[in-house]
Amino acid sequence: MSGFGGPTRAPAWVTHGLVPLLNLALALVVAGAIVALIGENPFEALRLLVLGAVGYPEAIGYTLYYTTNFVFTGLAVAIAFHCGLFNIGGEGQAYLGGLGAGLVALAFDGWPAPAAIPLAVVVAAAFGAFWGFVPGWLQAKRGSHIVITTIMFNFLAAALMTWLMVEVFIKPGQQAAESRTFAPAVWLPFAHDVLAALGVDVGRSSLNLSFLLALACLGLFWLFVWRTRWGYEIRAVGHNEAAAVYGGISPARAIMLAMAISGGLAGLVGVNEIIGVHHRLLLEFTAGYGFVGIAVALMGRNHPLGILLAALLFGVLYQGGSELAFDMPNVTRDMVVVLQGLVILFSGALENMFRARIEGLFARRARAGRAA
Amino acid sequence: MAAEEPEAAASAPASGKRRPPALEVVGIDKWFGAVHANDRVSMAVTAGTIHGVVGENGAGKSTLMRIVYGYYRADGGVIRINGAPVAIGNPQQAIARGIGMVHQHFMLVDPFTVLENVVLGVEGGPLLRRALGRARRALARLEREYGLDVDPDAIVGDLPVGLRQRVEILKALYRGAQLLILDEPTGVLTPREADELFRILHALRDQGRTVVLITHKLREIMALTDRVTVMRAGRVVGHVETADTDRERLAAMMVGRGVLLRVEKGAAVPGEAVLEVENLAVRDRAGALRVRDANLTVRAGEILGIAGVAGNGQSELLEALAGILPRERGTIRIRGKPAPAGGHAGAVKAMRRMGLGHVPEDRQRTGLVTAFEASENGILGDHRDGRYNRGALTNRPAIVAGVRRVMEDFDVRPPLPRLRTAHFSGGNQQKIVVGREMSRGPDVLLTGQPTRGVDIGAIEFIHRRLVAMRDAGKAILLVSVELDEIMALSDRILVMFDGTLAPAEADERAIGLMMAGGRAGEAGDARA
Repeated sequence: MSGFGGPTRAPAWVTHGLVPLLNLALALVVAGAIVALIGENPFEALRLLVLGAVGYPEAIGYTLYYTTNFVFTGLAVAIAFHCGLFNIGGEGQAYLGGLGAGLVALAFDGWPAPAAIPLAVVVAAAFGAFWGFVPGWLQAKRGSHIVITTIMFNFLAAALMTWLMVEVFIKPGQQAAESRTFAPAVWLPFAHDVLAALGVDVGRSSLNLSFLLALACLGLFWLFVWRTRWGYEIRAVGHNEAAAVYGGISPARAIMLAMAISGGLAGLVGVNEIIGVHHRLLLEFTAGYGFVGIAVALMGRNHPLGILLAALLFGVLYQGGSELAFDMPNVTRDMVVVLQGLVILFSGALENMFRARIEGLFARRARAGRAA
Repeated sequence: MAAEEPEAAASAPASGKRRPPALEVVGIDKWFGAVHANDRVSMAVTAGTIHGVVGENGAGKSTLMRIVYGYYRADGGVIRINGAPVAIGNPQQAIARGIGMVHQHFMLVDPFTVLENVVLGVEGGPLLRRALGRARRALARLEREYGLDVDPDAIVGDLPVGLRQRVEILKALYRGAQLLILDEPTGVLTPREADELFRILHALRDQGRTVVLITHKLREIMALTDRVTVMRAGRVVGHVETADTDRERLAAMMVGRGVLLRVEKGAAVPGEAVLEVENLAVRDRAGALRVRDANLTVRAGEILGIAGVAGNGQSELLEALAGILPRERGTIRIRGKPAPAGGHAGAVKAMRRMGLGHVPEDRQRTGLVTAFEASENGILGDHRDGRYNRGALTNRPAIVAGVRRVMEDFDVRPPLPRLRTAHFSGGNQQKIVVGREMSRGPDVLLTGQPTRGVDIGAIEFIHRRLVAMRDAGKAILLVSVELDEIMALSDRILVMFDGTLAPAEADERAIGLMMAGGRAGEAGDARA
């Protein structure tokens, strides 16, 4: 077919606004049906969920704390996507990032906060980057498929952390596999403490200053991907490797760079969790954030603005969901996971179900408008 | 969108009165998004004739035929087969109505035999043996009637392109096609193979079948057809008897104005050697030796043309010269300086710095990232250049200004630097690539199929720019499978066959023979 083939163009608000909202609405309808099936009022459940997520200051704090993690892992998945890679290893990279932050906190807890905290952030990113770089290197130089290697690296990270926690970092004379608590100087300040110092009183939550780091990453991500030559090369390789080679771009280097950055972003989850919230090294603090990042990137269309919105949505689902499980005895913790799963299903996996039809409708309308 | 009052198909010939047209389309309308691909198209194809549909790329001729064959559904209009209105929703229904289509890209299973390909999808029962026997008898009959001889037990993947196309025709005939549609059938054929095809099509017509030939090559229209429908920008601009027209008039109808079929150029004034290649051997990515012992020199101020049928090593030659593919052996020198060993990003960058520009053969696969906006494609290969960067960040104003200049200079339409490259037509995409590579001011320009899939207006434009560049003292290597293009532009000609290069006289017949593997000056049938 020659000549034609300009894809149908619908207004941007349809593509980026209406279609995702419709998918979300559909997920809620199905979830509501399930809630009704177990004998609860779906509208009451939705009310509890929303109130639990944004109804009072502490809830908003927790929602934003979850959002922080999802921004990091969503961006991590997105940068790899831009290079045509599917990084499923966010979980392991976040784990390693936490290890890096924790090591700095344990080793330098005599240091003043302005030195120790940036160092912990950098080392967390570096550890995560390393855990992303190695699969990237294997893909670029050996052709080992990134999906397989990143999954394997999740297991390696889990095994490594278990060994380290049980054998090396465990606090002497204690059963739980946790390190000692860090000196408060290396704690990343909580939002409620910072705001209290400024005279604003909000409830206590896990939200800490890494939220600002996440916002900075969103902006830097945009600059890097669309306004630097390295981002250009990564996107060129992701869209058309043959054209990249023609243009003197090394796909291997772009792949390794994208995976290192991807791992580094995922590693920042460790900053939020380890020096932001737990203040000690422990097991399983990544809690699936790495995997949810895939859905966040998919829903956010690999763009920082979309990722921020999708991360907020999942923050609401996480925080509101746990409140819902607490308030509605029939809705268990597992039901909340089902709800999140439905959102991922409809806005991720079934993302294209309505897209073509709705966009076609609006494109026809636009055309008719022009013809008239 | 209500269909307009269907126009009567224009000027049906006298013979059409006795017998209804084999195919008649009336008022066919088709939109793709905002593109009006077919705008109330009407035409009638008289039974037992060869009917040409000619037009530039994007004129809507393939769309029309795809509607007839059931790939697309028209937004409005009527299709009649032998006078009866029909609804064709998919290719199976088209086949059932006696329509067959031979595609530009063959739809064959390479590891299967000819016979197996022919029965594929019409086995008519669970037992293959019976179907194969039936097909074998049918093929023997078709061979007798039309001279369509192909060994039924040959593996399709082993056959040359011309014979594979014959298998496609056999497939359609075996399914009972009375009306055969061929979409740009000669694009992949040698001149000899094309002549064979023409002979077969004439035989089909003489036996009473109807042929619709879609092409943008006027030579074929003149050599082959009885009547022609000319399309431009989705509309029919006219129906003419082939005998009453000529190439110039058809070309003018296609583009809506007079065009130069010949490129005007003065004699070349060759200067010193700019690109020198000695004993070059190149393997493709699968490891097959595709270029053997190639020697060539391109001088400043000349165009060296390399003719040949696609797949004789031209792609690998170009990629090796550009530094993309590694060399098995041999040397490349640009302005006397040896080029680095190829096959890695550093070599490509180094070659470009040494003054090499490269218009690759396949703009969509290699020359552009179609998902990028035009401005981003305008710097592909030069994106690390100081002009386009300010510290760590890209210099957007400089990038956009640069591509705006190229768009102005090369008449890219629409001139929108922020538009996604995929939304430009093929010809304008090619102008972006050609413009980018010429605007870098290279000493030597490699061009592969610079006008493939490009409409006549753009061909003319690109040809003039190539000649202008030559006159400015640049060295140009032109690789093309279009013999017309090689003949029109080149100052010297080499013919590439099976990985080797041989110098040729500027004689179309002799070159055609060499392209098919015959030696220069050799008389008689090279394919015997």
